Amino acid sequence: MIPVWVRAALWAGLAFLWLPVALLVAYAFSGDPVPFRWGGFSLRWFTALAANERLLEAAWLSLRVAGGAASLAVLLGGATGWVLARHGPFAGRALLGTLAGAPLVLPEVVTGLSLLLLFVALEGLTGWPAGRGALTVLLAHATLGSAYVAVIVQSRLASRDRDLEEAALDLGATPATSFATITLPLMAPSLAAGWLLAFTLSLDDVVLASFTSGPSGTTLPVALFSMLRLGMTPEVNALATLLLLAAGLTLGIMGLLLQRRD
Amino acid sequence: MRLALRLLPGLWLALLVAAPLLLVGIIALSWQDESVPPYSPPWAGQGLNPANLRLLLEDPYYRDALLQSLTVAAGTAALCLLLAAPMGIAIARAGRWRGMLLGAVLLPFWTGFLIRIGAWIGLLRDEGWINTLLAGLGLTDGPIPLLYTDGAMLIGMVHAYLPFAVLPVFAAATRLDPMLEQAAADLGATPGRAFLTVTLPQLLPALAAAFLLVFIPAAGEYVIPELLGPPDATLVGRVLFQEFFQNRDWPVAGALAVALLLLLIGPIILFQRLGRAA
Repeated sequence: MIPVWVRAALWAGLAFLWLPVALLVAYAFSGDPVPFRWGGFSLRWFTALAANERLLEAAWLSLRVAGGAASLAVLLGGATGWVLARHGPFAGRALLGTLAGAPLVLPEVVTGLSLLLLFVALEGLTGWPAGRGALTVLLAHATLGSAYVAVIVQSRLASRDRDLEEAALDLGATPATSFATITLPLMAPSLAAGWLLAFTLSLDDVVLASFTSGPSGTTLPVALFSMLRLGMTPEVNALATLLLLAAGLTLGIMGLLLQRRD
Repeated sequence: MRLALRLLPGLWLALLVAAPLLLVGIIALSWQDESVPPYSPPWAGQGLNPANLRLLLEDPYYRDALLQSLTVAAGTAALCLLLAAPMGIAIARAGRWRGMLLGAVLLPFWTGFLIRIGAWIGLLRDEGWINTLLAGLGLTDGPIPLLYTDGAMLIGMVHAYLPFAVLPVFAAATRLDPMLEQAAADLGATPGRAFLTVTLPQLLPALAAAFLLVFIPAAGEYVIPELLGPPDATLVGRVLFQEFFQNRDWPVAGALAVALLLLLIGPIILFQRLGRAA
């Protein structure tokens, strides 16, 4: 019982979301860089991409930063979600919850600027971190990612009551055993989903990386951003197609993980 | 181990969320100078510096930047809502296609927004798809400038943020009671009238949440205006970058961040209230 125009808007919206991306992918496989002039199926832009060492280096750095940031985000966001969901009311809980959610609602430019100021001030006070690069980008991305992980983990734990943990304690398990054998497995699917989310966020970020990276920390999105500033090249299309493929695979894996959870 | 896990969140958040935000406030009240880093804090002898924040109110350049950001963010959010409202409802009622359609809306969100902006550059530039098509049809003599316009910027913003807006509408629409619409129909309402007078009002909180979910990040957007917008689209994110990186005026950049936060604090609180109610 929905009016026709509602259904029409759905298809219009989907076309709006997908058409530009579909054209971009098609274009990546055309030998001719002019639109509508199909130059025959060609992988030449992918070959050109494979020879672009600056981009490959940026991609490799991005993958390492994203992996590290996602892992750190899972540790910290997981601990935050667990504390918020399983430690009842304690002094400062409201403040902790607000701080944990802050990176979700703060504009990126504010988060980026604030983290850079922190790194600069810390270096002035303690000499660490010496300069900015991959490590500072990783810490910035872990901060953003941990906020997302905390939300996912907290809602996951909040939806399961504590019967199991309490039963384990009644049966003589130490709090550590109960945590390791009950709570942690309960959290596991949300930790995995959170890891993938943090990984993707890191691979997609320009603003935080621009603020917190020095000359040695050019990640793939930052490199892509400066390429896009100069206009599109078919090489960028090829790169975009590969990233699209990676994102599709990630989403597929995540879908499977979330399905298994229920 | 457990104790460490309990203390970790507080320490981490104090160091990487609270302290940095505090620093932004301090820097906004500091003095620009030639040292490294290029500012001297209030305790270095000159006291608090209110000039940076006052500058934002008095200099039309900064005032316009803040105002223009809010306008563009509101326009983006309104356009997103216009599409997202029917999309969210249609997906919620798509029966067995629901999962697939939701995936189709969310997948672009996972593909990285730089790629999607790149796709728009490919469409809109002078030698791009649209201009080639128009010239091929004999409709235009030369390329019409589409890229680096307000329109291009707005399209890019809507494209980037649309999936955010669909989600809350979808979630609320799945919880609607179909019997209410049935009752409206039994009482003689046409489907269009039932939709406007029965379905839509129930979705108002979700629509408000969707609006804010787009408005809040869009207000600070830097990348899309930079890549698709005209040079004079000096939104606050762009001005902040410029002050910080080109002019090396850290205190003014800090003041801009503070001003942006102050402007967004109301919408953020409202958004969290709506989230809790839902």
